[in-house]
Formats: sequence, C-alpha cells, structure tokens
Amino acid sequence: MATASTNISTEYRRRGLGGAVYDSVADVGAVTIRWVETLGDMSLFMWRTISWLITRLPRRDTLVPAFYNIGVLSLPVIALTGTFIGMVLAVQSYTQFKQFGFETRLGALINLSMCRELGPVLAATMLAGRVGSAIAAEIGTMRVTEQVDALISMGANPIHYLVVPRFLGCLLMIPSLTVMAIFMGVVGGWLYSVEVFGIDSYHYWHNSQQFVENWDLFYGIFKSVFFGATIAIVSCYRGFNCAPGAEGVGRAATAAFVLSFVIILMLDFFLSIGLDSVHHMLWPEVK
Amino acid sequence: MSSDNPISKPRRAKPTPVEPAFIELSELTVNFGRQPVLRDISMAIPRRQTIAIIGESGCGKTVLLKNIIGLLFPSSGHVIVDGQRIDELNDKELTTLRSRFGYLFQNAALFDSMTVADNVAFPLKENSRMRAEKIEQIVSDRIKQVGLPASVLGKRPAQLSGGMRKRVGLARALVMSPEVLLYDEPTTGLDPIVSDVINELIMRTREQNAVTSIVVTHDMKTAQKVADRVVMLYPLSRLRPDESQIIFDGTPMEVMESDDKRVSQFVRGEAGERLLEMREEAISY
Repeated sequence: MATASTNISTEYRRRGLGGAVYDSVADVGAVTIRWVETLGDMSLFMWRTISWLITRLPRRDTLVPAFYNIGVLSLPVIALTGTFIGMVLAVQSYTQFKQFGFETRLGALINLSMCRELGPVLAATMLAGRVGSAIAAEIGTMRVTEQVDALISMGANPIHYLVVPRFLGCLLMIPSLTVMAIFMGVVGGWLYSVEVFGIDSYHYWHNSQQFVENWDLFYGIFKSVFFGATIAIVSCYRGFNCAPGAEGVGRAATAAFVLSFVIILMLDFFLSIGLDSVHHMLWPEVK
Repeated sequence: MSSDNPISKPRRAKPTPVEPAFIELSELTVNFGRQPVLRDISMAIPRRQTIAIIGESGCGKTVLLKNIIGLLFPSSGHVIVDGQRIDELNDKELTTLRSRFGYLFQNAALFDSMTVADNVAFPLKENSRMRAEKIEQIVSDRIKQVGLPASVLGKRPAQLSGGMRKRVGLARALVMSPEVLLYDEPTTGLDPIVSDVINELIMRTREQNAVTSIVVTHDMKTAQKVADRVVMLYPLSRLRPDESQIIFDGTPMEVMESDDKRVSQFVRGEAGERLLEMREEAISY
C-alpha cells in the first residue's frame, strides 16, 4: 500500500520564491513517488488475483451472485445506453451524409462505430460507474467494518473470496454486455434511419455488410475483455485501500470510477493501435 | 504525560508462571507510520487462562489482539502461539493457526450479504469438508448455545439488535471449537442486561470449552466478572520513553486495590486531571 506523503507538511514549508520553487518540485516528486507506488501495488494486487484464479476457482455460491450483480442487473441500463447511442449516431451523421447523397451508407458508419469504438468504450464507461463504484463501495465498507479482518481470521483469503469472483464476473460479463450494447446500438440506429429518415432498409444493410467485418466485432469484444479486467482490478483495489469512515468509502467509489475511466481510455488508444497493426500483418492487402 | 506515581514496573499475577505460556508476546512494538502504538510489550498467557486487557480508548488494545492472530504484524518483537512464531509462518500455516482461534469483533463484523445461518456456517464451509446437514446441525447448536431462537437463522444481520449481533458473532467464533477466543470490546454499546448476558456467555464458554480467552475491554464489570488476570495498557503518548506500557498486571481483585493513580482512576471511572491534560494537549497540538 502506498505510504509516502503526497506533499510536504506545512510546518516544513520554506519561505520566499526559492523556497516555493523547491517545495513545488518536492510536491511533484512526492506525488510521482506515490503514483509509482500505487502502480506497483496495483500490479501486485492483479498478480495475486490471477494466481488465485489459476490455483483455485471460487465456490459457486460466491460466483453466482457476482455474475448476477455484474451481468444481469446491468442488462437494462446497457441495452438502453446502446440503443440511444445508435440513434444519436444516426441523428448526428444523417445531415452530413445527405449532403453527399450517402444516406444509405449511414448503416456502415453506425455499425462500424458501434462495433469498434462506441459499443465497447461507452458500455465500459457505464459499467465502471454502475459496477465499479458498487464493488469499491462494498469492499470498502467491508474493510472499514472489519468484515475483511473477519474473513481473514476465519481462514478465508480476501483476494480469493472477494476479488476473484468479481474479477471473473467482469472478465466474462462485460464482453457479453458489450455485445448487447453493440446489438442494441445497431438496432437503434437502423430503426431511426429507416423509420424517421426513410432510408431504404435493403441498401442500409447491404452497405453495412460491405464495410463491417467479423474482425470489427472481434475488435470491440477483445477490447472489452481488457476493460472488464481493468474495472474489476481498479475497483477492488480501491475498496481494499479504502480510508476509514463514510468519507473514505465515498472517495474509494469515486476514485474507482475515475481511475477506471482514465485507464479504459488509455487502453482503448493502445489496443486500437495494436489491433490495427495485427490486422495489417494478417491482411496486408486490405487498406 | 505520565502519572505522578513513581510505580512504573508492572505487578505480575501470581498464578501465571506455573504453566508454560501458550501465547507469548516478546518485546512487541507496533508503529503505524511514524506513530508508535505499542512499545516493548512482553506477556505470557498460559492455556485456559482468561485475561482481560483494559485501558482507555486508543491505547492499542485492539492492535495487540490483531497482532496475536496475525491480522497485523509487529514492527519489532514477535508473537509465539503454541511454540510457533507467527511472523515466520507461511500463508498456509498461518491459515491453519488462525483456524484454532475464534474472534468476536467489536461490532461483530457479520457479513451483511449473508443470513445469520450462512454467517455462522462460514468458517466450517471455508475450513472443512463437512456435509451440509452436519453444518446445519452445528450452526443450530451454536445459535442455541448463545441463547438465540432458531428463527434468527434466516435473518440478515441488519435485522438484528446490537446484542443479538454480538451473540451471533460469538456463535460464529465458537463454531470451529477454537482453542483461543479473542473478544474485542464484547459489551461496548450494549445495555447493562445484555452486557451481563454476554459476560455470562463468555464465562459459560470458558467452562464448557476450556478455552484460552483474551478479552479486550474498558468495561470494568466485564473484566471483574470474566477474567482470571487483568493487564492494563497505557497510551504511549502519555508515557516517558523509559516507562513500561503495561502499567498493571495482576488479578481482578488486585486491580481494584491498585495504588497506581492511573489504574485506580481508570477502574473507578474518574476523570481526575484528564480534562485539564486534554486541554493542554489540544493547546500544544
């Protein structure tokens, strides 16, 4: 756990401009050290989770509630989010496409965007808020009310008992929910384009088929596996390192969402670059 | 700040040296960052003894208890349980050792997401391969043992009163038939009747199961009633560096007659000069 002080105590602050510059540098250094410590600590946390996952699967009675909470209870909100993203894409793109007479290609844009980018990223963002914050708050509350200590004192390993089921739940359920978000987005975009803008359904799908491949669907689902793992690890880690009291739990829940969101966006960038390179290696003739 | 009383050496209880120590604390020192909480605590607890650790809030009683079961580890010194230094055990050995302990937490620390039955059954499910029917039977027996009706088994902890939660916590601590029972403030926040019920349960448990018990409390009635031996800790912030943090070690009878002002003020619940000291601390802070 990170222990370094984040900034210099006010009693040690120096006077004058030189002192202020010195203190600022020291503050930046302290924050950097804390970030490096947190990163190392989180990596160890992830390593321990994966070690437990490999060596001993959790009991069914811990897995089922985790899967239910993460997967089933998120289904309505993910379906709704996906549908509206698809419809918003149709609304935003229609005017531009119409200017060039490309209305029938709207399906290609909506479906490609949903599969590759908006489906996985927005589903993950929504789930970081719904699932990640709940995980951090739940584990944080268990920490501050000594329930985690009780687990340890009764011979259970808290990583095995609390983290592994949630990690597995996120790893398997978030890609499934991403598929649902993509599907609903595709349906939403199609319904709005056909029913409101009057685009011909046959041409809409025909153009989509030309531009959207199985690779694009794989692209989105592959990324969502990493997003799911990120949400689980960050949220559980924040819960475990929760400060005492109601304020500590609240902060842990907020920090879990913010950090998950930032990492998801960074991962999205690097995974997109990596996956495009793989695609180029496998199919160099496709531009 | 320390007391005016020059007595800083702890008084030893008479019966302790007879039996070899089952739990031994050797120069235990615990610091949280720069803040020292426990300093050079040495103590030997023989089998089947019930020891009450008393002292004002924040003096490190709970930290001591958590070091004994390996939930926290000392900055220096060590804890030996049944001949095993717990800081030298690997995870598996530590888990095995912990299964010999029962721990009643301050607020019972029942799992909110489980029913009472699942809470009490948890250690059995986690540490044994017993059949479900057998587990059910043991859980039902333990709930009966702590004087609760079978109707509580299907309830969630949030639906229980404070006293009931403590008793469920005790049933859970007893379910593995432990050799050592650790009680963290077992009567705090309970009314006098329920407090006495808990005290009676602690005594009955000791008689029925022949366990070694460590009771952390600041309730003198509990210490008087259940303990064979009383140890008093004093907050480090008010001690000189050369003073022992254990300011009393003796029988429940002796603690009431102690001529150490710090001990007598505590057992009688008198503020004395504490209010003045607190003001001075606040000003200096």
